[in-house]
Amino acid sequence: MRQIIGWFALITLVTFLISGALLMHPFGYPPSDMDDYIIANSQAETGSNNVVAAVVFDYRGLDTLGEATVLFAAVSGVLLLLRATKKEGDKT
Amino acid sequence: MLSKIVRTVSNQLIVFILIFGLYIIMHGHITPGGGFQGGAVIASGVVMLLVAFGSSDIKKALRERRLSVLESSGALIFIGVAFAGIGTVFFYNFLVGTPIFGEIPPIGSNSGNVWTGGVIPLMNLSVGLKVLAGLSAIVLAMALFSSGEEMEE
Amino acid sequence: MMAYIPSNIPFVAAAALIGVALFIIIFRRNLIKIVMGIAIMSSGVNLFIVALGYRAGGIAPIYTEAPEGPMALPVVQALILTNIVIGVCVIALMLVMVMHTFRHMGDIDAKKSRLLRR
Repeated sequence: MRQIIGWFALITLVTFLISGALLMHPFGYPPSDMDDYIIANSQAETGSNNVVAAVVFDYRGLDTLGEATVLFAAVSGVLLLLRATKKEGDKT
Repeated sequence: MLSKIVRTVSNQLIVFILIFGLYIIMHGHITPGGGFQGGAVIASGVVMLLVAFGSSDIKKALRERRLSVLESSGALIFIGVAFAGIGTVFFYNFLVGTPIFGEIPPIGSNSGNVWTGGVIPLMNLSVGLKVLAGLSAIVLAMALFSSGEEMEE
Repeated sequence: MMAYIPSNIPFVAAAALIGVALFIIIFRRNLIKIVMGIAIMSSGVNLFIVALGYRAGGIAPIYTEAPEGPMALPVVQALILTNIVIGVCVIALMLVMVMHTFRHMGDIDAKKSRLLRR
């Protein structure tokens, strides 16, 4: 029973994925209005040669703040779970 | 703990890996790279030392308190630099035009100048510290857990 | 639609990666293999997102010693930088939970190690 549902779900999802990939815009000609502005004006506004670094830290700095928070939460979660256990019994 | 050849070679190699990782972090606003990539390179150097020397020797050298102080100071510098431009908006690039990091490069293709970029090199440094301390702490905790001893408080 | 096949190969490759990862997650019972399947799915999604931002004959979006040509889109590359780090954090937490399951149950089979049903 579980095998039948599994195969049905897999074939449906893969059909949707591949037909969606074939109906996308042609590879190499993306629609790009925001990126044209960023490429043209990033040296004058931020003063850095690397446009990707300017986007990560200046135009979209709040996303980097959220990602630093996720990194901090993951490190503290790992160090919390791998802590010393007591001699008798175990953590439940 | 592996053989004497592996321990000697990894002692020599860790210096070059550290210099290479710091080069990638500090030139993040000129060449490809930046804070996350350089922090991952240095963390992989720490993993190499962990494989060569065993986890109990590395636990004596890198105590958990030092890694925690490094990671927290990276996060605090990031938030401090973000709050320093609060006169206009939250993440304002207030160092463009000032003589600290604020020259403006010539428009178009040029050879890079380190003293450009505004507030971006400071944020690269803080994110690099955070990533290197975080990934090293994760790998060290997993190695200590699976070898029997536990990480001290 | 058949005329798009020679030029849309990167999108089809990303879809095939996600399909393989779905097969691993549904049909395998070892917990480490399921975690590997989630990592492969994360790689497939990142490949799809970065393939959306290529311009034909494009160069890297960096102005230091740049050759001639149109530049590829930079916002998409910034998105996947964040996504890769978050993927590493999620995989680390999952592996810690697998280690705890092995220490308390003695077995990492997904059908035998269910605490509430023992």
